Amino acid sequence: MNSLMAAIRSEFLKVFTTRVWWGLAIILFAYVGLVAAGAALLFANIPGAAGSSGAGGAQATSEMLTQPGLIYGFATSIGYVFPVLLGALATTGEFRHQSLTPTFLANPNRGHVLVGKILALTGVGALYGVIALVASVGLGGGALAISGVDPLLTDSDTWALIGRAVLAMALWGAIGVGLGAVLPSQVGAIIVVLAFTQFVEPLLRLAASFSEVTASIGRFLPGAATDALVGPSFYTMMSAQQDPLTWWQGGLVLVGIAAVISLIGYATTWRRDVT
Amino acid sequence: MTAGVTIEFDGLSKTFGAVQAVDQLTFHVEPGKVTGFLGPNGAGKTTTLRMLLGLVKPTSGTATFGGVPYERLPVPAATVGAALEAASFIPGRTARNHLRVHASAARLPASRVDIVLAQVGLLEAADRRVGGYSLGMRQRLGLATALLGDPGVLVLDEPINGLDPEGIKWIRGFLTALANEGRTVLISSHLLSEVQQSVDEVVIIAKGRLAHVGTLASLDAADTLRVVVNSPEHERLAAALDAAGYLYDEARSGLIVHDVEAIDIGRTALAAGIPLSALSRHRSGLEDSFLALVSGGEDHA
Repeated sequence: MNSLMAAIRSEFLKVFTTRVWWGLAIILFAYVGLVAAGAALLFANIPGAAGSSGAGGAQATSEMLTQPGLIYGFATSIGYVFPVLLGALATTGEFRHQSLTPTFLANPNRGHVLVGKILALTGVGALYGVIALVASVGLGGGALAISGVDPLLTDSDTWALIGRAVLAMALWGAIGVGLGAVLPSQVGAIIVVLAFTQFVEPLLRLAASFSEVTASIGRFLPGAATDALVGPSFYTMMSAQQDPLTWWQGGLVLVGIAAVISLIGYATTWRRDVT
Repeated sequence: MTAGVTIEFDGLSKTFGAVQAVDQLTFHVEPGKVTGFLGPNGAGKTTTLRMLLGLVKPTSGTATFGGVPYERLPVPAATVGAALEAASFIPGRTARNHLRVHASAARLPASRVDIVLAQVGLLEAADRRVGGYSLGMRQRLGLATALLGDPGVLVLDEPINGLDPEGIKWIRGFLTALANEGRTVLISSHLLSEVQQSVDEVVIIAKGRLAHVGTLASLDAADTLRVVVNSPEHERLAAALDAAGYLYDEARSGLIVHDVEAIDIGRTALAAGIPLSALSRHRSGLEDSFLALVSGGEDHA
């Protein structure tokens, strides 16, 4: 077994031998499940929803809001912060607990260690994707069904969306690892993740939508790329973009962000003396 | 076990900004012996060991295992086992899981985990989180990590620090046994007294420079000869020493006589008919010559 395979294996073991991963997984499941089910119930039962007769405009809005894809997309549109956080913690924890010393003693090939971490956290990100989708499809889809809206679970488009959502969560795990390498301060990395994903990016996307030039740049924001990859979310509706990226372009943007940020981290903090 | 190889330091230097932390270190550490790497805190011991292990990049010079740098060893942990002082553990992980992670990262068989846990006496505490461990238990876990690959070379930074008296006795026997198997054992300490019962060879550095290399006995020989002598007839003993022209200091344990062999004092007392209650070579010499070497290093700086 070469040192890269060994690095991937041991990075998986590192994640699964501490409690952080399942603590975050439980919160992810509850958060996504509650929001998806709550939104499904709320929108399906506003006057004019499917089944009741109401004004045409209200009905159109309700039908748009209760598209199952939009409900299922909560897995990534609000859940993507979790794989980023776990990925960032995986890297910053090594700095914080000075465990880079045993890590680099076990495997002096630092490039392999970082790539191993990225690939392992991509895997765990995918697992988070599965957990988030069980929540959004299970609870959100269930709430739709109760409200008399077809959850479209036999539709191949729905399953394609689920697959793309898992891919998006996986890529966000990789981005988290790179981010942690750029910002080895654990507190700093957590603040940046939360501030950017919950506040800065949504505002930027809204602001970018006001002119055509900024809107075309705004498509490359990580959240916008995620929406392009997975499917429209509420943010997309808030900042109606012209000509959004295709799903594979969105995926490539996320891969690019992960690669660039990881390379910066490798070139700066990762190669430093470990004292 | 892989065979012990010679650790070779050759002109090793490290500069942090304007600070010369390690300055032109050249020495060898041989297999089959326990070598103490000594110097006061801040002398550059840890930086030297970190350069040897590929964690810190030397400004110039090399540190190798039989000519091969750490990062170029095929499976480093199977040749060299290391435990560094700051090698801390993720507090939420158990000792067993820490070793499993290390074994998989270092490409060592997982079957070694229970063996080394038993070797350092941590088998019963293996499934507790390391966050609740005492300093002594962490030292044992560090040693277990170093032993995972059954390596021919052991590099241990301050391994005795934090151990209780029983643990100190245990680790002394353990290190000697490892060296007797033909392994190269290098341990650092800032206290000579802490390691003087375990080491065969000493390498002393001060302010990043080499101050002394040799056997433990060579350190003793550098000491001036002193003898402790005491008698119930204290006044008469002092008078006899004065008469014979010896220089001495008053101490709680008796009189400390300078530049003399014990037999000469014995003859002087016998000739004067003075009964003696104590007569011995003064044994604080090792520590004294260590301190002299270490403070001598300051003059270079």
